[in-house]
Amino acid sequence: MSMSERGIISTADRQRGLIRYGLPAIQVLIFVAVVIAGVGPLLWLLKSGVSTSQDILSGPMQMWPSGIQLKNIPDAWNRVQIGAYLGNTAFIAIGSMISTLFVCTTGAFVLSILRPKWGPIVTGAVLATLFLPGVISLVPLYMTVLKMPLLGISLQNTFWAVWLPSAAGAFNVLVMKRYFDSIPRELIEAARIDGASNLRLFTALILPLSKPIVGVVALLTVIGSWKDYLWPLLVLPDPRLQPISVALPRVQKTTEISLQMSALFLAVLIPVVLFLVFQKQFLRGVGMAGGIKE
Amino acid sequence: MFQQRTQKSGRSVATWYRSGGLSSIFFALPLVLIFLYFSWGPIVRGLVLSFQKNNLVLPAEWVGWSNFSYVLTDPQLPQAALNTLYFAFLALIFGFPVPLFLAVFISELRKTGWLYNVLSYLPAVVPPVAAILLWTFFYDPSGAGVFNSILGWFGIGPFAWLNSQTLAMPAIVLEATWAGAGATSIIYLAALTGVRTELYEAAELDGAGIWSRVWHVTLPQIRGIILIMMLLQLIGTFQVFTEPFLFTGGGPNNATMTVLLLIYRYAFVNGDFGAATALSVLLAGVLCALSVVYHFVTRRWSTT
Repeated sequence: MSMSERGIISTADRQRGLIRYGLPAIQVLIFVAVVIAGVGPLLWLLKSGVSTSQDILSGPMQMWPSGIQLKNIPDAWNRVQIGAYLGNTAFIAIGSMISTLFVCTTGAFVLSILRPKWGPIVTGAVLATLFLPGVISLVPLYMTVLKMPLLGISLQNTFWAVWLPSAAGAFNVLVMKRYFDSIPRELIEAARIDGASNLRLFTALILPLSKPIVGVVALLTVIGSWKDYLWPLLVLPDPRLQPISVALPRVQKTTEISLQMSALFLAVLIPVVLFLVFQKQFLRGVGMAGGIKE
Repeated sequence: MFQQRTQKSGRSVATWYRSGGLSSIFFALPLVLIFLYFSWGPIVRGLVLSFQKNNLVLPAEWVGWSNFSYVLTDPQLPQAALNTLYFAFLALIFGFPVPLFLAVFISELRKTGWLYNVLSYLPAVVPPVAAILLWTFFYDPSGAGVFNSILGWFGIGPFAWLNSQTLAMPAIVLEATWAGAGATSIIYLAALTGVRTELYEAAELDGAGIWSRVWHVTLPQIRGIILIMMLLQLIGTFQVFTEPFLFTGGGPNNATMTVLLLIYRYAFVNGDFGAATALSVLLAGVLCALSVVYHFVTRRWSTT
């Protein structure tokens, strides 16, 4: 939003006494609220992450702990293996992103660009699932992963059990298709006249033109996979494969409170740092994604 | 384009092959296979399963409507349904206006808006499970718990929070609002950049105050996204699982038992997959009906 554009409150409003002093006051109040909500828990976690169990339990709101236990942090990293679980989380998220992008770009390419005669049937079948809430297929999806129909293999305790189902999202396919639909047909016809094969058309023309939407779908998939809890809990009972979300509650039962807090601190620190570094791109991408929902 | 297609239907397999029919199939294969295995297949299987007795050990047998009658007569269902409605209601009352207010406020700030933005998005970056574990600790019912000591400074409390039948659900909603508000407000903010600002000028000349400008100019212009977000939130809250599962496991005394927790219990604690899918199908039906009703009601609003 540029400076020249006006907002709800006009310059004339800003001259009036009540707003002249009231507005900054409200700004400060909301700022304090946002800082307490956004930064407060992180600072508390930082303090508790290096405190003794005794301090955390008896005086969680004391400003200064009685002693600083820096060794909690490496302990959590090594003994609780936060690093390994965060690695699993990242691996699951990236794999889900790749499988989602692969399925929705190739699928949208057929439905939007190649347009075979049976295309509308597939589009309709994909669209139909958009209106069905995820809960309907939770249990049967679990059974499918336990024993894949026809193939007879089990995907349980493999990352495929998370990667593949995440690609079956109707929203992504339809968003991608709508974007491909907006690519001018003349460009495609021109490429065809130049003798481009379908594969070349896909990789050299359509994909490069669709970078923004590919970025948004990738971001949404990573966020979704990052937040997921129930599904990886069901299909990854092997502790070595679990993402941080599934591992933390399990680990928590067997570790002392000071170590729990430093483990939580590490689990929070890495994503927060990544977010702060890339906040501009990230927030723009998330905002764009919201526009698509409409 | 059209001519080509009508001609093609009468031609031979060779022409179909040369015109790229085969590559269409190749490109469609990932989508069709993935959807068959992980979307269409499970949906059909879910409908079938809800009429069967299945515990993954014995072969499945047809039992007619008995899964549905079992689920509908389960004394836990009314409680779980009411709790889910209560959660959705509280999230709508408290959780829905917060991000909207935040977004309208941030969009008014020219220079410092981004800072509010980043700060309010921070809770959404925290892994949800880590946030829940952290808040479980904040909700410590003893006098030395984090929230209880803060309230203690003002002479309030201590409260039992998650151990209290009346406070447990509001406590869960409070955490969910904290975790979700920043992410939702970003979406509203993006929509607010499209608001036509010259209308404010006109409203001001007509003597509209700041609040009535927000109410009559700003909000109607982003009504579309507000209604969509409300529906998405409703559908999401009806399927809430992680928060009650990790915070309370449905307790105390089933005060936070939701429908999805009940489904989870049927399937993965009792091993009764038939009952679990029957309840899933019922919940999905309710949500579909909700979307349809919502669609028609809000469409009437937007035309009048």
